[in-house]
Amino acid sequence: MKLTGAQILMEILKEEGVDTIFGFPGGAVIDLYDELMRSGLRHLLVRHEQGAVHAADGYARASGKVGVCLVTSGPGATNTVTGIATAYADSIPLVIITGQVPTQLIGNDAFQEVDIVGITRPCTKHNYLVSRVEDLARVLKEAFYIARSGRPGPVLVDIPKNVGAATTDYKPIEPVNIKSYKPTYLPNIKQIHKAVELIKGAKQPVIFAGGGVILSKASGELTTLARTLQIPVTTSLMGLGAFPGDDPLWLGMLGMHGTYRANMTISHSDLLIAVGVRFDDRVTGKTDCFACNAKIVHIDIDPTSIRKNIAVAVPVVGDCKNSLMEINRVVAERQLEQLNAQHAEWLTQIETWRKEHRLAYQQQDVIKPQYVVEKLYELTRGEAIITTEVGQNQMWAAQFYHFKRPQQWITSGGLGTMGFGLPAAIGAQVAFPEATVVDIAGDGSIQMNIQEMATAVQYGLPVKIVILNNRCLGMVRQWQQLFYDKRYSHTLMEHAPDFVKLAEAFGASGLRAVHPDEVETVLAKGLATAGPVIMEFLVDNEECVYPMVPAGKPITDMLLV
Amino acid sequence: MKTEKHTLTMLVDNEPGVLSRVVGLFSGRGFNIDSLCVAETMDPKVSRITIVTQANPLLLEQIEKQLRKLINVIKLREMSDDRAVRREMALICVNARPESREEILRLVNLFRAKIIDVASNYYIIEASGDADKMTALIGLLKPMGIKKIARTGSVALYREPKRGI
Repeated sequence: MKLTGAQILMEILKEEGVDTIFGFPGGAVIDLYDELMRSGLRHLLVRHEQGAVHAADGYARASGKVGVCLVTSGPGATNTVTGIATAYADSIPLVIITGQVPTQLIGNDAFQEVDIVGITRPCTKHNYLVSRVEDLARVLKEAFYIARSGRPGPVLVDIPKNVGAATTDYKPIEPVNIKSYKPTYLPNIKQIHKAVELIKGAKQPVIFAGGGVILSKASGELTTLARTLQIPVTTSLMGLGAFPGDDPLWLGMLGMHGTYRANMTISHSDLLIAVGVRFDDRVTGKTDCFACNAKIVHIDIDPTSIRKNIAVAVPVVGDCKNSLMEINRVVAERQLEQLNAQHAEWLTQIETWRKEHRLAYQQQDVIKPQYVVEKLYELTRGEAIITTEVGQNQMWAAQFYHFKRPQQWITSGGLGTMGFGLPAAIGAQVAFPEATVVDIAGDGSIQMNIQEMATAVQYGLPVKIVILNNRCLGMVRQWQQLFYDKRYSHTLMEHAPDFVKLAEAFGASGLRAVHPDEVETVLAKGLATAGPVIMEFLVDNEECVYPMVPAGKPITDMLLV
Repeated sequence: MKTEKHTLTMLVDNEPGVLSRVVGLFSGRGFNIDSLCVAETMDPKVSRITIVTQANPLLLEQIEKQLRKLINVIKLREMSDDRAVRREMALICVNARPESREEILRLVNLFRAKIIDVASNYYIIEASGDADKMTALIGLLKPMGIKKIARTGSVALYREPKRGI
């Protein structure tokens, strides 16, 4: 069958189960877009290419599928870089198709030419420049395979204009087999037995789960392990939702803005079962003091995550789901359930820590941001898909919205990309048109990709945006407040748009709450309004996120309210 | 933990950009490269890269894991111990004054090197050997006046299982 490069692209997208792509056209991809029109694939036209990648990312995080975007060469490609780095840091499967100038012009500084493969080499899992149409089908199949397998990640495919236009014989590709890329899915059973042996001996165990549990859909296995043996569970920011937030064994998040009891539990544990985590510095604080009384079992599919930051007693390289299944199997075989009794004292101690310091705030005359998140949690009955921007808004969302299930929490954890939340909410809403999708934002972050409101309105995507407006870049201001003697160097945003009018200008609805007693009404009204809504809350401008572990300190050195 | 020299050799896809992935990994993660050699193998689709790096055992483990994670790295081996042979090569242009010619020839013989270009005022010596041998030869030639020098990085091969010994 004779097909053009553009036709091959559409064929493979369909073969890979893609039905929606996010993109922005341009000269180098005009042939691809011409074919796209006939392909039957759904395309969402964003307003900035960064929005396309974040939207594809939000779509992937919410649905577990590979997110796809299509952009043109040069500036179209460079605009995707922050989005790609965001997905890479959080191991999100994406395929990014960029146009490129025709092969004969590559290297000539042609119009809208940029070496995007060179630029994105360090922030993609892999990338390709396709120089012959004959290679296109194989490369695209490999791109999807690499993006979704092993530790997932973004893969970029750069297609020169003439490659998209050229014709070749197309026959469906054999299953992908890359000899130098074979992720380890099944754990070494000896390591599993060693892990179980440590579990058996532990008096004060704790489970620490991360984004890997969400990605490998292992939250059921994790919950079984925790409940069977009565082991308390904490997660990283990326792991929220991996364990039910209303379970008595739930400790809350750990780390820099983790709960008092989670950080205390980690620090006093004698066994840490780390699953799908990479021991980020925001989690560990000073590494020498992190869980220093504990033996550590570390399960991860990526060997580079193991022993990178923290020494471990039992490394387990394997898929989180498979590894936890094996552990559960061995626990059941050896009838270790009765061990749960030996953790009773430990759980009592944790309960004491819980009572000593809860996440708290005082709602007085001014709206407290935490109050808004708590009310949002109540009104949505904890069922909404929550995306966030980055900073204080993100931390309050993480602390005060209690997640019930995986893929309900969508945030830029690793890279910490302001401007992520709105386009990610759009992507999540595309994946789940009926769901309530809320972007919890700050007045600073929301302005970074506010142009995507137009996308939400154009496609009738009813995303709800909660802006916690404190008239400043709150997290940096918090550091300045606490550690720089209140020298607020350029963190006070003295001018912001009128967000209500802005929403209306985009063709969406806008609501505002100024007094605490308006919070619930505005939220209820906003959530009940059809179409996209911006809800602005004028919150206390000096509120801080607590607990806080100053950077580089042990996680027991918490500043508390 | 002690930092030592390590020789890593890897078979990689012989494709554009692969060297840049490997080198970019080292620079991006702050790993060190002492020397680097790349050439095609018997299979034109595969190249061999040899890198000499300095690392403590934990860092070395991380370097090896990160390299293995690259999609284009087919196989990686550490070649620092006696199970491998390692060689470097150098071209050394040395002043050849009448009073030092004899000594240069003697050193060339001792080190099993070769003179590949001769003029009244200089010799170009081709020498190969392990890193210590090269350093020793260069040290001995230095008093004669080394005009210029070109050195390769190290290449290494694992010894095959031996039969008949």
